[in-house]
Formats: sequence, structure tokens, C-alpha cells
Amino acid sequence: MFGMRLRIALAEKGIEYEYREEDPRNKSELLLKMNPVHKKIPILIHNDKLVCESIIAVQYIDEVWSKKAPFLPSDPYQRAQARFWADYIDKKMYDAGRRVWSSKGDELEAAKKDFLEVLKVLEAELDDKPYFGGETFGFVDLAFIPFYCWFYAYESCGNFSVEAECPKLIAWANRCMEKKNVAKSLADKQKVYEFVLELRKAFGID
Amino acid sequence: MFGMRVQIALAEKGVKYEYREEDLLTKKSDLLLKMNPVHKKIPVLIHNGKPVCESLIAVQYVEEVWKEKYPILPSDPYQRAQARFWADYVDKKIYDAGRKIWATKGEEQQAAKKEFIECLRVLEGELGDKPYFGGDKLGYVDIALVPFYSWFYAYETCGKFSIEAECPKFVAWAKRCMQRESVGKSLPDPHRVYEFLLQLKKRHGLD
Repeated sequence: MFGMRLRIALAEKGIEYEYREEDPRNKSELLLKMNPVHKKIPILIHNDKLVCESIIAVQYIDEVWSKKAPFLPSDPYQRAQARFWADYIDKKMYDAGRRVWSSKGDELEAAKKDFLEVLKVLEAELDDKPYFGGETFGFVDLAFIPFYCWFYAYESCGNFSVEAECPKLIAWANRCMEKKNVAKSLADKQKVYEFVLELRKAFGID
Repeated sequence: MFGMRVQIALAEKGVKYEYREEDLLTKKSDLLLKMNPVHKKIPVLIHNGKPVCESLIAVQYVEEVWKEKYPILPSDPYQRAQARFWADYVDKKIYDAGRKIWATKGEEQQAAKKEFIECLRVLEGELGDKPYFGGDKLGYVDIALVPFYSWFYAYETCGKFSIEAECPKFVAWAKRCMQRESVGKSLPDPHRVYEFLLQLKKRHGLD
């Protein structure tokens, strides 16, 4: 999820990069050496220097390649708002989604309710704008859109439809997916679902 | 804790502000609920009638609006990313690690103390021989972290240990920060923090 944010950001700026996949269940020596503090992906390596944490790396990309396709607005208040919503997504989406695919019965019902609540808050923030960034794809869109490729997995595990509950948000997601840089950076939703099924098996959920 | 960050940043920039305390133990004010409907938390910086929530976001806002005076973040994008990384580390680790010390007992508390000290040691490693995380002067990471120093007496009293004994470099750094007027004025008295904590523990049935 979080690595996709960087891929979209780099693509938007027209930057070529080398991509190295990690198996989270078997972390490479390179990863442990490069991110000893958190031992997580994504890590952006630029001029031999490391930038960890996806939102921090996206801001780094925006600042280094500042002339093209700016992600953050120039006004300080708008920037604060963009950072607030990206932070909200970071605080809420992953855990809410995780609870949906990893629980059953009453716990699952509660997880679905919480998950949809988070989406509804975001839908309200989007309002009638084409993107969270306004007229153009921006920081919050970038932070959020990778979760879209997990929606199919959440819906299948939870037996519900995000579109039925949050049609505006799905319209926004489809709009983002029309961008070549987004479509090519997101994982295939069927593959994500198969991965989730493996995880469920591994955790003994089924 | 988090409000202090914004207070230090405003003080460093020489910006006058009105401070309004919230009673977090009894009832949140209408103003707070209106200005931060999403999280309903402090601090909220209100500037030109518009709210900025989340302390580190507010500190960055203060930095960008009053950018001529006393830069808090470095100008180099890589250094900025590093500063953001360590402030984010503080956010992810220190509050919860500290909380577990006062909120638990017995073996759980022992584990909490160990974890807390480990986090401080990682930060000590990052500080190295620099006077501040920001280098020669107080910067973003210092501002993010130093407010926790006002809770050290409370952690030590609850956990029956000395943080200075375990992490002398860290405490030396904190004392250095406290010599700056912006920090000294923004941090509460540690004894008052401890009294507040005792009230909090009572309320949660933790004593």
C-alpha cells in the first residue's frame, strides 16, 4: 500500500527508478540495514541516502523535484489541511481495513461499521471536488488511492459493497484510476485478494 | 505534551498568541469540538479564524507562515526528511511507551520501563554529539521531543527508576533545551504534571 504512494509520486514527477520487492515475511539484509529503526518498506534511496516512511518520502520527492506536478498546495493553510487528511488516512485506514479482512462474526460487523465511518468522513471532506487536491490530483489523493486496490478484498471478506455506501468516493477512485500513473502503480485487486486469503489462512481465520 | 510543541514554536518565532486551556478530565469545550470535529483533541491552533490540528502539522504551519524568523526545519530536502522521520518516531513511540509506565504495574511495568529506555537510547544515538537534534540550535525534532521531559518526574516516580541514570546524554540534552526561554516558559512544572497524573490514574481506577 505504502510503497504504491511513492511509485505514483515518482511517476507523476517523471522520474525513473529501480524497484525492489520485499517479502514482509522474510526481510532482506538490505532492508534491515537501510531501515534499522522500523524495519519496514517503503524506503526511497536517492543519491545513496535513505528516506523512510511513505508520507515523508512523498514530501521529499515533492521538494526535490519541485518544478513539476506539485503535490502540496503553496498556501500554508491549505498545506496544513492536506497534511491533516493524509495523517488521518495514516491513522485510520490501514487498521480499519485490516480489521475487516482479519475478523469474523460480531467483530467483523463492528469492523465494517468502523471502516465505513472512516470512508464517510473522507467522502465528506472530498465533497463535490474532483480530487481531494481540488481540480488536480494532489497529496491526499496520493496518500489514499493505494487503498482502493484493497477494496475488493475488504468487500469480499466482509460481504459488502463500498460503492453502495460511498458512491462519491468510488467515483473519485475511478477518476484517479484514469490517470496512467495511478493505474500502473496500483496492485491488481484480484492478486491483493489472493494475498489476503493466504494471510487469513496463515492467521487461522478461515 | 503536544500543545507545548506549538507554544515553543510560536515563542521561537516571537509570535504573540492567546492560550486557552481545555479541561480534558471533565468536559471538552464547544470551541474545541467545533474546531476539531474529526479528532476532538488538543492542540488546535486557530489563526485568522481557521483551525490547524495535530501538533506537528501546526508546528510546520507556524514554520511556513512565519518563515523569516528562526527556521525550525532545515532548508535541505534530505535533512528535512530526516527531521520529519525522527519527529514521527517520537510520535509513534514515546507517548505510548511513557503511558505504559504509569498505567501498569508489576511485570508489565518492568517491560514498559525497558521499552521506554530503549526508545530514549535510539534517540540518544541519533543525537550523537550534537548539542541539539537540530544541530547547533533547537529544531523540529527538539521541539517535538522536549515536552515529554516535563513528564519524566511522573514516569520516574510511578516506575521507581531514574531516567538520568539510564540515559544521561538525553537528560543533558533536555536540560540544555530548558535553558531556552521558549522551552522553559512552555513546559509545565513536573510536580504539577505528577499531580495531574495522580488524578488521571484515580479516574481510570489505576491506583
